[in-house]
Amino acid sequence: MVPLSWYMALSIIVFSIGVFGFLSRRNIILMFMSIELMLNAVNINLIAMSHYLQDMRGQILAFFVIAVAAAEAAIGLAIVIALFRNKATAHVDDMKEMQG
Amino acid sequence: MIQQAFFGYFAFAITVLSLLVITRKNPIHSVAWMLLLFFHIASLYLFLNAEFLAAVQVIVYAGAILVLFLFAVLLVNIREEMKIGRFIGAGATGFAFAAALLVVVLMSIRSFVAAPPGIYTVDLIKQETHTVVLGKILYTEFLYPFEVASLILLVAIIGAIVLAKRRLKG
Repeated sequence: MVPLSWYMALSIIVFSIGVFGFLSRRNIILMFMSIELMLNAVNINLIAMSHYLQDMRGQILAFFVIAVAAAEAAIGLAIVIALFRNKATAHVDDMKEMQG
Repeated sequence: MIQQAFFGYFAFAITVLSLLVITRKNPIHSVAWMLLLFFHIASLYLFLNAEFLAAVQVIVYAGAILVLFLFAVLLVNIREEMKIGRFIGAGATGFAFAAALLVVVLMSIRSFVAAPPGIYTVDLIKQETHTVVLGKILYTEFLYPFEVASLILLVAIIGAIVLAKRRLKG
């Protein structure tokens, strides 16, 4: 039997890789992919907990996370396309119109 | 023993694949590695007796979201992408932050205290089948959040069309 803490460790490792990618990649599409990575890490944790604590609510939550991830990807990529039409770049450090 | 070996393989593969996803220079390679990553995560769900979620993972993530990413990647000028550096100037700060998060949460896992187990034992789920159990909870206890999720998807459809459509002249 695999202990629950192994799954939690795997989850936080994938989550940290997602955080690293989000904070340091230059391409905005790769930043979105890092967000998907983080959401998947959370899903691994939720489903592992659901199995080990014998409660189905974790899987319901994972279900909603997948639905929200689909919506987020659609909206985010629409924003990328709108941005690309105005600036013709996908690099976050080229976007400083708002003095960020 | 064989379970640990299986988990070890999947954990190793998932870690390596997620590192590959965020470090490739060519975004199309990232998408391809991410496809493999999603299949590995779906297998891990099967390992956890969540076969419906495994199917949803393959259909929604690998089937829908990754195709969307592929469409967006094709907009980027890949030739220019290959020349420019892949990380921003402050990339080292991002790495330090992520490493600190990893260490802190890994240390805090040891103090995790599990709640008392619920009623959905493996035998009950095996008897009623997984999808039936999931559907019964989703349409009774979680009916209101389920409706809200459908509203979120509707907003996403409208928002994506409004944001991405070409502005009409005049």
